[in-house]
Amino acid sequence: MWNKRREDEAPKPSTQPGPSAAAPSAPASVVPKPIEVKKESTPVASTPVGRFEPESRGGSATIGKAVKIVGQIYSKEELYVDGDLEGTLEALENKLTVGPNGTVHASVKAREVVVLGTIQGNVEAADKIEIRKDAKLVGDIRTARIIIEDGAYFKGSIDIVKDAKNAPKPQSAPPPVASSPTPAAAGVPGGPR
Amino acid sequence: MLPDRLKSLLRGVLGSEPAGSPTKPADSVRSLFSSRHGATVETITRSSRGLQEFFNYIRGQSGLTILDFGAATQQNVSFITNLGHRLYSENFVQLLKESFSANTSDQSNPGRIESFLKQALDYPEGRFDGVLIWDVLEYLSPPLLAAVVERLHKIVKPGSYMLAFFHSDDKQDAVPYYTFRIQDLNLLQVEQQGSRQPVQLFNNRSLEKLFSRFASVKFFLTRERLREVIIKV
Repeated sequence: MWNKRREDEAPKPSTQPGPSAAAPSAPASVVPKPIEVKKESTPVASTPVGRFEPESRGGSATIGKAVKIVGQIYSKEELYVDGDLEGTLEALENKLTVGPNGTVHASVKAREVVVLGTIQGNVEAADKIEIRKDAKLVGDIRTARIIIEDGAYFKGSIDIVKDAKNAPKPQSAPPPVASSPTPAAAGVPGGPR
Repeated sequence: MLPDRLKSLLRGVLGSEPAGSPTKPADSVRSLFSSRHGATVETITRSSRGLQEFFNYIRGQSGLTILDFGAATQQNVSFITNLGHRLYSENFVQLLKESFSANTSDQSNPGRIESFLKQALDYPEGRFDGVLIWDVLEYLSPPLLAAVVERLHKIVKPGSYMLAFFHSDDKQDAVPYYTFRIQDLNLLQVEQQGSRQPVQLFNNRSLEKLFSRFASVKFFLTRERLREVIIKV
């Protein structure tokens, strides 16, 4: 019986993938270098998939929570921001979601905006805006519909625009104002507070 | 088994209304439900003469700019914007907590008062056509209160109205604080969030003195010992 078990156990190491399987018969003094390379290469290839998996959204671009962007963003697809963003953000025909870790210091224009994190800046949402529980929005809102959950923090004004003509429209080229370094210059009805 | 007629008679004697009789409109409806923190929250839906008066003054107009001192709630946002007005939301109590420590002596510091006003009420002169103050003024110390009232006088258009609530029971150590949700032009859902020590309590005379710079002050006393006050700027 004891001999039989040893026979059963013996093949196991050979079937497991790993460094020892890669060079089973090589001498110990020569093998370590290639093995180390393999150890490094394996996690590098697999890490991005694992790291971004919880944040990835089907059919949307994602700015991860470890990313900070300063500048202007024009998006032609859905955008999920879970990192830091400063500047301007336009996704005129698409949905913008600011994740729970997301911090946006920018004027925002999108078809639909969902806030779970923080936005500091004016927001124009042609369709609707949702400010979820524990989200924080400081700025003026211009939208057709608004949903505010209890527990959300909002400071600013709300303009409901029922007329679709007043909603932000896609522009073929960014206006000259948008190219200026001051994002606050983006004209939002209501003016300075 | 009792015959139907006798059943009906007994029902009347015992106080319950016979089926099919018209139900009386309740002046206030109480309900209990769990808050998001799991604690039980008492909610009262009641009529509000003050709110009715406030909306009477702005009735028939649209495109007005209304300032709401309560935390932004879906009901208030929807109600005001559906009337065609623009709403400014200011979470006054939250900002008060962030700006001052629990010690109310902080509220006498001129630098802190100025900083608070800059954060909370930094608006141009005559910006607003109405203010829903709710009950927040009770939590301000006299110097801060005077500064806030002075600023309100500046940022609200002359001839406009403000609605404020004050507890009328002078003997209470702690008064409940609420979230006010507008249900209709004269109907409020009042959700008690807890109790808090008011910095000062007011009677009619002290309120008249507080708003002496304003054009007029009108009072309505509710069953909850809450004084609803309409202030004309």
